Amino acid sequence: MQSRTDLLSRFQPTLDRVRTMIEHRRAVRPTPIVPPGNVAGRALVITVAIMTFLASLTVGAVTLVSETASEWQNDIASEITVQIIPRDDLDMDAALAAVEEIAGRTPGVTSAARLTDAATSRLLEPWLGAGLELGELPVPRLVIIAIDGEAPPDFDALRQELEDKVPQAELDDHRAWVSRLVSMANAMILTGTGVLVLVLVATALTVVFATRGAMAGNKQIVEVLHFVGARSEFIAEQFQRHFLRIGLLGALSGGACAVCLFWIMGLWTASNRARPEADQISALFGSFAIGWTGYLGVALLIAFVGLVTGLTSRFTVLKQLSLIDMLSPVET
Amino acid sequence: MIKFDNVGLRYDAGHEILSDLNFEIRKQSFQFLTGPSGAGKTSLLRMLFLALRPTRGAITVLGRDVATLSRKDLPSIRRRIGVVFQDFRLLDHLTTFENVALPLRVRGRTEASYRQDVTDLIEWVGLGERMNAFPVTMSGGEKQRAAIARALIDQPDILLADEPTGNVDPPMARRLLRLFLELNRTGTAVVIATHDFGLMDQIGARRLVLGEGRLAIED
Repeated sequence: MQSRTDLLSRFQPTLDRVRTMIEHRRAVRPTPIVPPGNVAGRALVITVAIMTFLASLTVGAVTLVSETASEWQNDIASEITVQIIPRDDLDMDAALAAVEEIAGRTPGVTSAARLTDAATSRLLEPWLGAGLELGELPVPRLVIIAIDGEAPPDFDALRQELEDKVPQAELDDHRAWVSRLVSMANAMILTGTGVLVLVLVATALTVVFATRGAMAGNKQIVEVLHFVGARSEFIAEQFQRHFLRIGLLGALSGGACAVCLFWIMGLWTASNRARPEADQISALFGSFAIGWTGYLGVALLIAFVGLVTGLTSRFTVLKQLSLIDMLSPVET
Repeated sequence: MIKFDNVGLRYDAGHEILSDLNFEIRKQSFQFLTGPSGAGKTSLLRMLFLALRPTRGAITVLGRDVATLSRKDLPSIRRRIGVVFQDFRLLDHLTTFENVALPLRVRGRTEASYRQDVTDLIEWVGLGERMNAFPVTMSGGEKQRAAIARALIDQPDILLADEPTGNVDPPMARRLLRLFLELNRTGTAVVIATHDFGLMDQIGARRLVLGEGRLAIED
């Protein structure tokens, strides 16, 4: 008991200091003219949080798709393939060697290597079964040519030379595939941006209704402010302050939930890398890691939603005040 | 300071509730506005305070023609007119001190700059002990005095009071009247809307009498 009293007395000066600080803060900050309790806060915080969560997921998905698409594009663009179609009179080995030789001396090509018999067999195994003898079947063969992404070769010249020397060779620079991928990724980014805009518009409209409700609920305060000579901007500020706080609180909660979800998904794919479900996700999205652009996007989104909430309430209040007859604010 | 020329007022498409009002509120003058209930005292006060637009005629307030005023001009004119409403219109979540200081707060002044003035005025109206009280805990008379103090805090050129003694007992009514007279002596024009003849008989002030929509002036 004695030690407890000692402990209390030891902390007494600190407690007194904290109490003084709180009292000073109260004294410095006057009571808000529009009390926080008069603005329907909790429901709006939850609504803004849900909206921000959905918008953050969209931002995450868009950055994931654009980063992954750009990775695909880079991988594919760093590699081209030459396919040699078999014919009865064709010496496949000689043709492969010729292609390797032509590609090897072309500027911009870093390496050219045929797909080995074993690798080709593995590639065809799902269709033709194991133990395939490539010599017995007219199977097209591939030469993988790695190119320098910075200074790529002249594809048309290379294609022409291959056609002249090995007429059965077909050069595939994957351009059609890349352009299809890029347009798919662009379509997804466009859709995501559209969803983002819709979510933000819905958030702004919710804030408009909430502000109108808050103004109706605080009609007496608005009237009193009018007749003590407050300017419309001053009245708008009293409401804007609450809505900015509500907006930031909701946006932070929603954004934080989305970031947690990204993080959990990243951990899940990383820890289940060997399992088929995770493999499928990894095959599509790599490591399912939202890059720093995604997190930056979410941070910007949080700030933007807060700003949208504050500004929307300000404009709504100013608009409502201007709708009130110039000389009869107390009447309406 | 305020001049009415052939002013008429009607609500919607009905008949005029106020017709052909011609009068002037002069600087440092003191007058009662009276008449039976429903005669239009409150409507006339609202026109005086720029809260209601007349349907005809011309009103000049502090040298400005009301018809040409824009929305942006209103706050600066309202700041020179103090109003005491019959129902007080104090903000329930603010203390007496904060309610009285509200007009200065909306003008952007800091609490440190007005603390002493507000405290002095609250003591002058006899509410020194109720400085930190909230309106719900105050009597009608206390609320009335707080509302009066709020109207006076920025030393308005004109004070308009709607039934300021309607909620108080006769001794308090006399005290409030003395307060208005003292204020008038310091240079503020005062208009008190009332139907309390006992109050009006205490001083021989000018009377604006409303009856059947028209105004008679008894100097």
